[in-house]
Amino acid sequence: MSLEKPYTDVPGTTIFDADMSRQGYHLNQFCMSLMKAENRARFKANERAYLDEWPMSEEQKQAVLARDLNRCIELGGNIYFLAKIGATDGKSFQQMAGSMSGMSEEQYRDMMAGGGRSVEGNRYIGEKK
Amino acid sequence: MARISASVYTSHVPAIGAALDLGKSAEPYWQAVFKGYDFSKQWLKDQKPDVIFLVYNDHANAFSLDVIPTFAIGTAPEFTPADEGWGPRPVPKVIGHPKLAAHIAQSVIQDDFDLTIVNKMDVDHGLTVPLSLMCGQPQAWPCPVIPFAVNVVQYPAPSGRRCYMLGKAIRKAIETYDEPLNVQIWGTGGMSHQLQGPRAGLINKEFDNAFLDRLISDPEGLSRMPHIDYVREAGSEGIELVMWLIARGAMNDVNGGKQTSLRHRFYHVPASNTAVGHLILENN
Repeated sequence: MSLEKPYTDVPGTTIFDADMSRQGYHLNQFCMSLMKAENRARFKANERAYLDEWPMSEEQKQAVLARDLNRCIELGGNIYFLAKIGATDGKSFQQMAGSMSGMSEEQYRDMMAGGGRSVEGNRYIGEKK
Repeated sequence: MARISASVYTSHVPAIGAALDLGKSAEPYWQAVFKGYDFSKQWLKDQKPDVIFLVYNDHANAFSLDVIPTFAIGTAPEFTPADEGWGPRPVPKVIGHPKLAAHIAQSVIQDDFDLTIVNKMDVDHGLTVPLSLMCGQPQAWPCPVIPFAVNVVQYPAPSGRRCYMLGKAIRKAIETYDEPLNVQIWGTGGMSHQLQGPRAGLINKEFDNAFLDRLISDPEGLSRMPHIDYVREAGSEGIELVMWLIARGAMNDVNGGKQTSLRHRFYHVPASNTAVGHLILENN
């Protein structure tokens, strides 16, 4: 019998469960390595070479190189780990979160200042807004 | 004997720490957050706790994916602020209370909660931002702190019910400790927020305020709220709120004692991506 996953119908949301964690293990551990200043420097000097030291999939490497955080998450990345890439790039958490929403940095910041994204129409996939 | 005198609940948004550390706290955007803690700072000075038992979560700093403990108690003499990628926060070292922490670990494990015991770990913004909010920018934190880390990064986090019952076991442990210590228990994280995917930026004021209401008056019922309600209503990272139930479960009124008193309540949107909530409950 398979496990119940009631969270798969929440729009625009990937829950980092044990399955995702298994797929993203090396991607996330690569991110962890960026907590050390010398690793950040080596990564910045040659991103591709640094990524090639990790047994990540080619898709995962491409997603990191493109800084496509939504794709990273789809491939098992977790936002708290991916934040280390943002830190390496000098980006704030708000800039990273905004980049996944398809909005410009300014639009996202204004949305948050205005009270954030409403839950209305955002509870279920396919729900009418 | 030691006793729990009060519980404190607060969000632990990293940008709040950054605002303080970078000298931005006087900006109107951040003043709107910090003013909610003016009362709390004075209250904490007056209360003079001997130990703070601080429930928080690590955000991929002390724990990578190599080891993922559901409940981890810090039993070390001291804990260093973590370098989360932006450099460590310029805040004091956190002094632990190894003796009380070891006592709690022994008691709670024998009460069927299988804690992981951690003798070496750095503490991230999840722990230091609540201290900053409640203490400002002191040279040293006002008392020893026992870090208690809960996994809310990899799903599933422990259930609200499990957290609430754990709070009761922690209370029992503290009350059987021989020294007459004034202990506070803090539950941190939340409130509604989502940091990932196209739904990033989700905030739900109605949910948050109902959560605050129920945490005060119906914690038993609230503890039965399933995970999916947190995810759907409060965002994927809003699930951090289960940690507040640990602190709430340790209070007198839900353990056959007198009513607790609500001393302070504050709610504000936004701090960066997150809704900020804050409560102080005192035992009588």
